[in-house]
Amino acid sequence: MTALRRRPAGGGAVPWLFLAVPLALLITFTYAPVANMVAYSFTDWDGLSPELNYVGTENYSDLFTRSELFEVFFVSGYYLAASAVQIALALYFATVLSFNVRFRNFFKGVLFFPYLVNGVAIGFVFLYFFQDGGTLDALFGLFGDEPDRAWLGDSTSANASLAGVSVWRFMGLNFVLFLGAIQSVPGELYEAAELDGANRWQQFRHIIAPGIRPVISLSVILAISGSLAVFEIPYVMTGGATGTETFVIQTVDLAFTFNKTGLASAAAVVLLLIVLAVTWVQRALVPDDKAGDLV
Amino acid sequence: MRAAVVSRTLTYLSLVAAAAVVVLPLLVVFLTSLKTPEEMAGGGGALSLPGNPLNFGNYATAFEDGRMLSAFANTAVILLFAIAGTVLIGSMTAYAIDRFRFRFRKLVVGLFLVAAMVPGVTTQVATFQIVDSFGMVNSRLAPIVLYMGTDIVSIYIFLQFIRSIPVSLDESARLEGANSFTIYRKIIFPLLRPAVATVVIVKGVTVYNDFYIPFLYMPSDDLGTMSTALFRFKGPYGAHWETISAGTVLVILPTLAVFLFLQRYIYNGFMRGATK
Repeated sequence: MTALRRRPAGGGAVPWLFLAVPLALLITFTYAPVANMVAYSFTDWDGLSPELNYVGTENYSDLFTRSELFEVFFVSGYYLAASAVQIALALYFATVLSFNVRFRNFFKGVLFFPYLVNGVAIGFVFLYFFQDGGTLDALFGLFGDEPDRAWLGDSTSANASLAGVSVWRFMGLNFVLFLGAIQSVPGELYEAAELDGANRWQQFRHIIAPGIRPVISLSVILAISGSLAVFEIPYVMTGGATGTETFVIQTVDLAFTFNKTGLASAAAVVLLLIVLAVTWVQRALVPDDKAGDLV
Repeated sequence: MRAAVVSRTLTYLSLVAAAAVVVLPLLVVFLTSLKTPEEMAGGGGALSLPGNPLNFGNYATAFEDGRMLSAFANTAVILLFAIAGTVLIGSMTAYAIDRFRFRFRKLVVGLFLVAAMVPGVTTQVATFQIVDSFGMVNSRLAPIVLYMGTDIVSIYIFLQFIRSIPVSLDESARLEGANSFTIYRKIIFPLLRPAVATVVIVKGVTVYNDFYIPFLYMPSDDLGTMSTALFRFKGPYGAHWETISAGTVLVILPTLAVFLFLQRYIYNGFMRGATK
């Protein structure tokens, strides 16, 4: 362990002086909310009145028995499917651009840029894109096809469109991460493979894929917890209408529009537990030496 | 040989197609922002070119009626303080954890580790009550404090980096009579510069783009950030796509400028930030 070879300096009160503000913020804005949230989830509090009653596990049974509250989980399915597409596309473009390609930096920049763009701006860009007579319809018009359909009009089409926007937005990050990992594979390996007559696909399978496994597993975990926590794009574009409501939109509405703080807290606790479980599974499957390294 | 040519052509085709998918939606919004309301009503279609490519009238409307100027100022203030706070807090925490062996050190490290797994979106229901009890709702203080107080990734980045700074530097300074604060300020902090650059970039992009926190904590119409001010275009300009487009372009332009100037640092920053 690197930490052990070091001679600890003075100690005493000094480290605590450095840690006072960070710890105070950490406890106030992370641990206290989690504790409160768990406590609220067993009450019928409305977030405003001084009065609150203990209701046991009623909020939780509501969440799992009232179908309109439960449906939001199906919406996550669209985003989960989209992240599979997203990771596959990112892998493809990262592989292609790791070889010698003309205008490499241009393509790299263009593919990554959407990740940096403001989410509300993306929402508007694609609201216009899918609008009646908007960008997409005009594109079909170029090919002489006039599809008279509202892309965001029914639940399936709307969710698929929104999930597509999410691929547009987040593919760039996966792509740059994969590209970085591929480029850290020593170049001699490719040269040797090429001398042995390996084609691109064989190079990908036997050299690239094993080298970037950790980054792929990280991306999968981020994709899973990300598809449960989708908020911005559907909130800006549809406000959760036509069956596009996600878990977070529902929770925000319950808490801040309908003042059902108790029920919203229960929902948030469920989401937190799912995300923690996913993270835990990842840690168990892919031992992460960095975390151990810190201690 | 022919197979190689075909595969090369397909590769370029796929790259050009992907670039078109990225650029086209943005380009159309830019074109729309230059059109007059009459052109929009005229039904020229989304892909038609604006009659006057220098028609910046919609930008003036977006700027004045859409309060983009005050949004820009608010975002700048929040960015400045949130980033400065994050850098200070992250580097101080990393210094204390890496350079000292004290009681409950493992507990402290554990607290930060576990907190990294708690996604912010889930806890806002309860965080809101706490921020409210401090009377910080509808002030720029709420996002500033939340951004700097809940950023565990930055602490990781500083921790990784501070380890590569030899302890012998601390020791020789100590022999010359420097205390821990002087060592942090005069030796450690200046050497952390590359880590600071990473944190500034990652944090800067995150804060500039964040919608959730200002939306929840600064609901007043007088207190917009770039995200929330743009979001508020939805009501009054609902049918005026030329104005909404101008606002959208105004929000994207600073990002594009920063990206073009700092490309290399941005790639590195996100690579370091995300794999922690």
